[in-house]
Amino acid sequence: MEKLLGEFSFGLFIWQTLIVVALLLLLRKFAWKPILNTINDREEGIRSAMEAAAQARQEMQNLQTDNERILKEARGERESLLKEARELRQKMIDEAKEEAKAQGEQLISQAKEAIESEKQIAITSLKNEVADLSLQIAEQLTKETLSSDKKQTELVQKLLKEVDFKA
Amino acid sequence: MEIPLIVGAGLVVIGVGVGIGKIGSSAMEAIARQPEAYGKIQTAMLIAAALIEGIGFAALFAV
Amino acid sequence: MKRTLLVLFTLSLASNAFASSTSKEGEKKGSLKDEIKAYVQHHLKDSHDFYLGSYKEAGKKHYVGYIGLPVILWDNGLHYFSSAKFKHGKAVVQKGSNYYKLYHGKIYITDADGSIVYDADHHPTNEKPLDLSMTKSVITMLLTALFMFFLFRSLARSYGTNGNIAKGIGRFFEPIIIYIRDDIAIPNIGEKHHGRYMSFLLTVFFFIWFLNLLGLTPLGINVTGNIAVTFGLALITFLLTNLTANKNYWAHIFWMPGVPVLMKIALIPIELLGVVIKPFSLLIRLYANMQAGHIVLMSLIGLMFIFNNWLGSSLSFALAFSISIIELLVALLQAYIFTMLSALYFGFAVEEHHDEAH
Repeated sequence: MEKLLGEFSFGLFIWQTLIVVALLLLLRKFAWKPILNTINDREEGIRSAMEAAAQARQEMQNLQTDNERILKEARGERESLLKEARELRQKMIDEAKEEAKAQGEQLISQAKEAIESEKQIAITSLKNEVADLSLQIAEQLTKETLSSDKKQTELVQKLLKEVDFKA
Repeated sequence: MEIPLIVGAGLVVIGVGVGIGKIGSSAMEAIARQPEAYGKIQTAMLIAAALIEGIGFAALFAV
Repeated sequence: MKRTLLVLFTLSLASNAFASSTSKEGEKKGSLKDEIKAYVQHHLKDSHDFYLGSYKEAGKKHYVGYIGLPVILWDNGLHYFSSAKFKHGKAVVQKGSNYYKLYHGKIYITDADGSIVYDADHHPTNEKPLDLSMTKSVITMLLTALFMFFLFRSLARSYGTNGNIAKGIGRFFEPIIIYIRDDIAIPNIGEKHHGRYMSFLLTVFFFIWFLNLLGLTPLGINVTGNIAVTFGLALITFLLTNLTANKNYWAHIFWMPGVPVLMKIALIPIELLGVVIKPFSLLIRLYANMQAGHIVLMSLIGLMFIFNNWLGSSLSFALAFSISIIELLVALLQAYIFTMLSALYFGFAVEEHHDEAH
């Protein structure tokens, strides 16, 4: 212990304390404070950047889910539109078919009617002709004046051959 | 017979050596068991070793 | 086979070497031993002058790269002169009516002839003036302080010019600063109060580390192995601890909570002693570690010259080399421990709540 005290140099102690205290104060002002502040700022910056990044990621995720939802909705809408269109088309086709059918039927019935009336007309004219013919035949017959039964029969036969019942 | 002071100091140094050795070995084991607690174990080890070391110095400078 | 041969060869050489060295005259060896011992002793101490080396030629000592340092004395007035005037303790310096002489690294007041009176233990009994000289250690500390100032100021400045990113050598020191903050200050002192002590912890850490490293250079300036230096450092820790301590800290010393009254009274002197012992252990630890490291290293280097043969000398060289590497580690470790224990004591001083079990 005496050896320790003997080695103790008061001058060195004074100088050392002065130097360290001066160094402490100078470094605190010119080095440690700016350095620590910068490091703190940087760490703060990194932390906030990380938080911002996390937030952005969250937002992006939200956006993505939103997008997906919108896409899904759009797809659904398209689907329903297509379905509607298809139905509409089907309906239109059906309607057209129906109409065509009805029209056709109408035409057919009209044609039938026309045929019927033509037929009636033809029959009527045939009837008139037959009547005329009959009258002519009768006239001829009467012209022949019933000369002979044989001749009468021959005449009728001949006239009948001439008449063609085609119409 | 009077025992010289330096013998006592030697004995103290032996004791301190054993003590610090034991601290070191337990710390190593602890680190091996829990490598994740490395920092804490090291700090505790150094503090304990430093305190024991102080006794060694006291003995050395008493001579 | 080769190895066995080598070992045998080495062993035979070793026995030869020891035989030859022991057969040499013991007297000369003794004087060499004494010389080395004196050299080591001299190296460990602070000195008033600086030189790179010395050698003896024809009984006269020559110094290489000698620089005289300013001697400042307070002895009924301020005296200052260069230490070169002492002529390595051979000359007496006259200032006013006083005569001063350098003897074994210390300045004594003598008469005109420079006679020194010894006591029974061969210690000088002459009076000593108040010695405020700029010794080798003081100059080294000043240079280290300047170096640190410019180093860390340039680091602080490089942030401004380089977009908050350290540049150059600062890249090496910045992680250390962050380590001291995150692994020494915050765990020991706490998130809330650590800012107050950061400047001290950083300054002390780098100051001790750089001085320890400087002690390992061939210049061998053993600054942190001076008890006055470590005392100064520990004193600042002591003052900072006790001047910034809160109520809780003092309560634990004078009226320990959670123990019986008798115990409280018994604990007061123990705790008070602890207040002093804590920084005291700091100063002794640093001093003793550096001193011991230097003694071991210097002795091993001295051993090379004592052996004076290629085997013993190379063995001591290898040993000195490995001890040097360990000392590099110790230089850092001692700075770390000083800083960490200081932080721990600051932590005690500002601790707020406490477990009842304590």
